[in-house]
Amino acid sequence: MYPNRFEYFAPTSLQEALSLLSIYQDEAKLLAGGQSLLSLMKLRLANPKYLIDLGHIADLNYIRQNGDKIAIGAMTTYAQIKDSELLRKDCPLLVKTASVVGDVQVRNRGTIGGSLSHADPAADMPAAVLASGAELKAVHLNGERWIKAEEFFVTTFTTALAPNEILTEIRAPTLAGHKTIYLKAAPRPTDFAIVGIAACLRLGPNNRCEGIAMGVTGASDKAYRPQALEKALQGEKLDFYTIREAAARVTEGIEVNENIHASSGFRSHLAQVYTARAIQTAMNS
Amino acid sequence: MHRIKLKINGKGFEHEVDSRLLLIHYLREKARLTGTHVGCDTGNCGACTIIFNGKAVKSCMILAVQANGAELTTIEGIAQNGFHPIQESFMDKFAVQCGYCTPGMIMSAHALLLENPDPNETEIREAIEGNLCMCTGYQQIVEAISHAAKKIGRSEKK
Ligand SMILES: Cc1cc2nc3c(=O)[nH]c(=O)nc-3n(C[C@H](O)[C@H](O)[C@H](O)COP(=O)(O)OP(=O)(O)OC[C@H]3O[C@@H](n4cnc5c(N)ncnc54)[C@H](O)[C@@H]3O)c2cc1C
Ligand code: FES
Ligand code: FES
Repeated sequence: MYPNRFEYFAPTSLQEALSLLSIYQDEAKLLAGGQSLLSLMKLRLANPKYLIDLGHIADLNYIRQNGDKIAIGAMTTYAQIKDSELLRKDCPLLVKTASVVGDVQVRNRGTIGGSLSHADPAADMPAAVLASGAELKAVHLNGERWIKAEEFFVTTFTTALAPNEILTEIRAPTLAGHKTIYLKAAPRPTDFAIVGIAACLRLGPNNRCEGIAMGVTGASDKAYRPQALEKALQGEKLDFYTIREAAARVTEGIEVNENIHASSGFRSHLAQVYTARAIQTAMNS
Repeated sequence: MHRIKLKINGKGFEHEVDSRLLLIHYLREKARLTGTHVGCDTGNCGACTIIFNGKAVKSCMILAVQANGAELTTIEGIAQNGFHPIQESFMDKFAVQCGYCTPGMIMSAHALLLENPDPNETEIREAIEGNLCMCTGYQQIVEAISHAAKKIGRSEKK
C-alpha cells in the first residue's frame, strides 16, 4: 500500500509552514507524527496534493512551565508527555492519558497536536484536554487566537481550526491538588476507546465536590464535557449513591454511537459504569 | 524526487526517492536490507519495527523522506559478531516459530533493553504491545527477552 502522489515540503520554521499552507490551502495537509494521516493516505481516503511536514520545526516540541500553566508544543509526542517529570508533578492527567494511547511505537511518533487536530471521535487525548481545562493556540499568517478545548472539537474529524491555521501549543492549568484519572474501555489495550472517561476533581472536607470537569470520548461524534453530570455533582458530597445516580446522566442529550464494537445501549451503559468508576478511582488516588 | 541522506546501522546511505515511498520499502528495496518485514502495512502488526533516532517505530508509518538526516538501526545492525544476545535468547527459549514477527519483536526488545536493562514481566509485555505474533502465544517471547536482559547484564559485569 502506498499513497497517491504528492509534493513534499519540510519547512524549518513556522512562518515557512504557514506560508505554504496559505498558498495551497485545501490541497495541502500538515504532517505531524503521521500515525493517522499516513494510514488515511495509504487507504487513499486522504489524497493531499501537498504535504507539509512539521517535523523539522524545532520550536514546536517542548514542555515548559508558564506561570500557573504548562505549555506543551503541538509536536510533543505521547512518549515525551508520558516521561515528563513536570507534567507528572503538575498535570498528571495528561501523563496518565498519553500512557494508554496505542502502543510503544505509536507513542514514539504520534503527537498531541496531531491527535487533537485529527479529532478522531474515539481518541484519548481530547478527553484529557477537556477535563483539564486546556486552551489551544491556533496560528495563521497574520496572527493567532486561543480556542477553549470545549469549543475546539466540532464533529468527527472536524475541529474549529481554519484551513490556514496550525495548532502550535496546548496550555493546561497546573492541577496540583486535584484528583485526576483517565479510564478507557477498549477491546484490547492498544485499541481505540469504546468509551474513555477523563475526570478532574477538587475535593473539600467530607468529600464535598468543590470542582469537577470531565471529558468523554468514544461515545458520540466528538469528545465532550458531560454538563448535566458535572452540574449534578458540583457542591455535592460524593458518596457511592450520589455518584451512581449522577453517572446515569453522562450521555444526557448526546446521540450515542453504534458500531461493531458496541450498540448504543451497551455503549451508554459502559459510559455510565466507567464514569462512576473514574470518579471513585480519582477520589482514591 | 527528493535526495535523502541518512545513517543505517552506522553506515551512510544516500538516495533519490519518491516522496510517497514508505520507509519500510526504502529499507527493503533501495537500501536492500530485507531483514525488516512487512506484515500489515497499516501500522498494526509491528513486523516492520526499527529504531529511529533511538526510538522503536513502525517503518510502514513513516515516509522515507521523513528519515532524511536520521539514524536508524535495523535487525541487520544489532549483532556485533555472530548473534546478539537477544537473538541467541530467542533461539534458546524457542521464541521463534514461523519467524515473521521476529525481526520486529527483537527490535522492540532491543529498544526496551537500551532504556531499561532490567525490565520486569509487565514492562516486557508493555514493550511488545505493538507487535503481533500469530504463532508463539507470546509466553516464550517474554521469557526470551527476560533471559536476554540477564545475559547482557552478566556480560557487562564481567
Ligand atoms: C496502531 C495504532 C494504534 C493507535 N491507537 C490509538 C489509541 O489507542 N488512542 C488514540 O487516541 N489514538 C490511537 N492511534 C492514533 C494516534 O494517536 C495518532 O498518532 C494521532 O491520532 C495523530 O497524531 P499524529 O501526530 O500522528 O498526526 P498525523 O497523523 O500526522 O496528523 C493527523 C491529522 O492532524 C493534522 N495535524 C497534525 N498536526 C497538526 C497541527 N499542529 N495543526 C493542525 N493540524 C495538524 C494533519 O494534517 C492530519 O489531518 C493509533 C494509531 C495507530 C497506528
Ligand atoms: S507492517 Fe508496519 S505495522 Fe505491520
Ligand atoms: S513466530 Fe510466527 S508470527 Fe511470531
